[in-house]
Amino acid sequence: MADLETHDFDVIVIGAGGAGLRAAIEAQAQGARTAVICKSLLGKAHTVMAEGGIAASMGNVWSEDNWKVHFRDTMRGGKMLNNWRMAQLHAQEAPDRVLELEEWGALFDRTKEGLISQRDFGGHRYARLAHVGDRTGLEMIRTLQQRAVSQGMAVFMECKVHKLILDEGRVAGALAYWRETGRFVLFRTKAVILATGGIGKAWQVTSNSWEYTGDGQSLALSAGADLIDMEFVQFHPTGMVWPPSVRGILVTESVRGDGGVLRNTDGKRFMFDYIPEVFAAETADNEAEADRWYEDHTNNRRPPELLPRDEVARAINSEVKAGRGTEHGGVYLDIASRRSAEFIRRRLPSMYHQFKELADVDITAAPFEIGPTCHYMMGGVKVDPDTEACTLPGLYAAGEVAAGLHGSNRLGGNSLSDLLVFGRRAGLAAAEYAQGLGTAPQVADSEVDRLTAEALDPFNRATGENPYSLQYELQDTMHNLVGIIRVKSELEEAIEKVGQLKERAKNVAVEGHRQFNPGWHLALDLESLLTVSEAVARCALLREESRGGHTRDDFPATSGYWSKINNTIHRDSAGETTITQEPLPEMPDELKALFEEPAK
Amino acid sequence: MTDVSTDSPRSAAKGPDMVNMQVWRGDASGGDFRLYEVEYREGEVVLDVIHRIQATQANDLGVRWNCKAGKCGSCSAEINGLPRLMCMTRMSTFEPGQDITVAPMKTFPVMKDLVTDVSFNYEMAKRIPAFQPKPKDADGKRRMAQRDVERSQEFRKCIECFMCQNVCHVIRDHDDNKVHFAGPRFLMRIAELEMHPHDTADRIPLAREMGLSFCNITKCCTEVCPEHIHITDNALIPMKERMVDRYFDPITRLGRAIRRKR
Repeated sequence: MADLETHDFDVIVIGAGGAGLRAAIEAQAQGARTAVICKSLLGKAHTVMAEGGIAASMGNVWSEDNWKVHFRDTMRGGKMLNNWRMAQLHAQEAPDRVLELEEWGALFDRTKEGLISQRDFGGHRYARLAHVGDRTGLEMIRTLQQRAVSQGMAVFMECKVHKLILDEGRVAGALAYWRETGRFVLFRTKAVILATGGIGKAWQVTSNSWEYTGDGQSLALSAGADLIDMEFVQFHPTGMVWPPSVRGILVTESVRGDGGVLRNTDGKRFMFDYIPEVFAAETADNEAEADRWYEDHTNNRRPPELLPRDEVARAINSEVKAGRGTEHGGVYLDIASRRSAEFIRRRLPSMYHQFKELADVDITAAPFEIGPTCHYMMGGVKVDPDTEACTLPGLYAAGEVAAGLHGSNRLGGNSLSDLLVFGRRAGLAAAEYAQGLGTAPQVADSEVDRLTAEALDPFNRATGENPYSLQYELQDTMHNLVGIIRVKSELEEAIEKVGQLKERAKNVAVEGHRQFNPGWHLALDLESLLTVSEAVARCALLREESRGGHTRDDFPATSGYWSKINNTIHRDSAGETTITQEPLPEMPDELKALFEEPAK
Repeated sequence: MTDVSTDSPRSAAKGPDMVNMQVWRGDASGGDFRLYEVEYREGEVVLDVIHRIQATQANDLGVRWNCKAGKCGSCSAEINGLPRLMCMTRMSTFEPGQDITVAPMKTFPVMKDLVTDVSFNYEMAKRIPAFQPKPKDADGKRRMAQRDVERSQEFRKCIECFMCQNVCHVIRDHDDNKVHFAGPRFLMRIAELEMHPHDTADRIPLAREMGLSFCNITKCCTEVCPEHIHITDNALIPMKERMVDRYFDPITRLGRAIRRKR
């Protein structure tokens, strides 16, 4: 403890993706002493992989668009389980957040009039996604990174927060380690903003990077803050399934927005067979109308390939299960026969280039094999909609780690706007909280010593479990038993297996020394992965219905009871985790009225 | 221990082949290549094989990576002597039976194994002042033509893999130049701002200060760019032309000399 590197801040932000950087920029702008702590180098966070765009009803392409339409699309996409207030704030504030990025140097694609161009995406009634080709996430993260650097932001790169430290029931600090040296570093702080992203690395086929190990959800839960909606995991319908080098990697929805269609091995455009009643009024039921829609949105209904992600993922899953899938377990995504090579290369440059180089697959020449890939976590840390405050004083959460906005299913494009809208709000509120706090909370030396010893424990065993093997077994379990289609017996089996893995993880051993040792880093990340996996499986078992990103084979319909319930997870000071059913906040009448207008 | 290298669902492909990978292991105090005999499967890239070594033979092998999709620029290394992203180097591009060497980027100090200290780049980034926009239109919006934003958009495709920095001989062969020369990535960033239709700052003096004159347009940076950005032709040469016009054009210099006399 005596020679421990120690820093003092008002606000620390854990995570340097879109939400973390936007939060930090805001907190610092409010005068709070702010730092960003991130596991990777600055600018490498998972936000760089976002392709399609930022959903915001700016009305640059369709002047009919406004926040109310965006709000309604978001709620319907989330099967009405969304926190209505978050969906409202998000739809209202997204346009300003996009324009703000432009002031900080982002260069979006333009309309003929020179305004920010907006593209079509699944579940959005109007072309609404501000974009830069198909590398919008890179543009966003670079813009925010450059803004933060120009404001003199303190950034601790390749630094991993191991645990939060509390004082009298509120946030007091965080113990972290430098990945390079393995040395510990203590942050004494008044407020912490979690912006750590998702949990995709608990599954075998995923579009998520190694960083997505559920750190924020786990930090929050073990500190005593609640999680909600953990059963809702989005499987993106179009991940590559072949070859193995690109397995799980995302094929942006823009491929479908720009004319790509899904076919089974019989060559049939099967999505027409999977149009749910709730979307029937606005979805084309024949190929001719669907094809006319790309040129004329007003007089035609949308192609069924652009239904919300959960619908498309389930449809693909059903086709493959019925024996109409490819030998590698996918279906075909075909844009090659429908658009010219020149068009595809211009509209989807990164997509073309990426698969050509990574896999020697030419998307302009032939259909390619795709299937669902674990993509996004709708659930996470429970927050106050206006301030992103968690149920623990001093703790805030924004972006994928937080829950509420997306309900049971997220629309494409709503994630980047989520990061900006709620990143900013979390930064504002955390700065205000920190500045209003009289005396700084205290960090007890004994707690630091305990956490340091806990983190070094894997080095004390000469032999033990291989952390990589445990991660693979967990990924197998979640893939096979807690995937797109769930059933009681498999969920119970998953809970038991995760429990066994938790026991075995206590005996994990690592070789080598503390300097940049990925085996050790994974050994510590396992705790988070196992915590969130257990939460997902337990919540999925409780929710006896199918809704959005949660489909139960044994309960295929939606249920009136569950339509008003959030599964809420709490861990008490003794380490006991309980799940309770809490009522969803009731939407005010003036917003309810928006859903009574005709759909078209 | 479970054998993670032969798990079935990950690899519906035909059986594995073996490859000899020579991976540099060590730290700032020194190191050398170590031989790993390891499986690889159809359709894999070098990073897949490095991960297999890490999972089965060397849990503590240091390597940076994030997206494994050519989008984040984390897994830069020198593969058979050539700067490459490990995630974008397909195993099928090597002759069967050929040894493959994987070494850290040479221009930056080694931290551990394949991980290098790239803080030089982050220090350079801090020296470039932010975008300074002109006022918006009366309706609060900005209007720019697509063709006008495309020049800077090309440079904003940069994923900051730092391989252009690694390969540029101005710093690769002359470490002491690092104090005078920001490298292609950051000279291109200056060009990006200079060519932004709405940036109002004068970026030419900074380009000079950050060492644009050191560049002798050998195009090594362009050749290794995984995003195929025309760094030399579209960023560095136009900036050099603007700099020459400003500082070395005889008529401009004469004009300046006259102004000074007043």
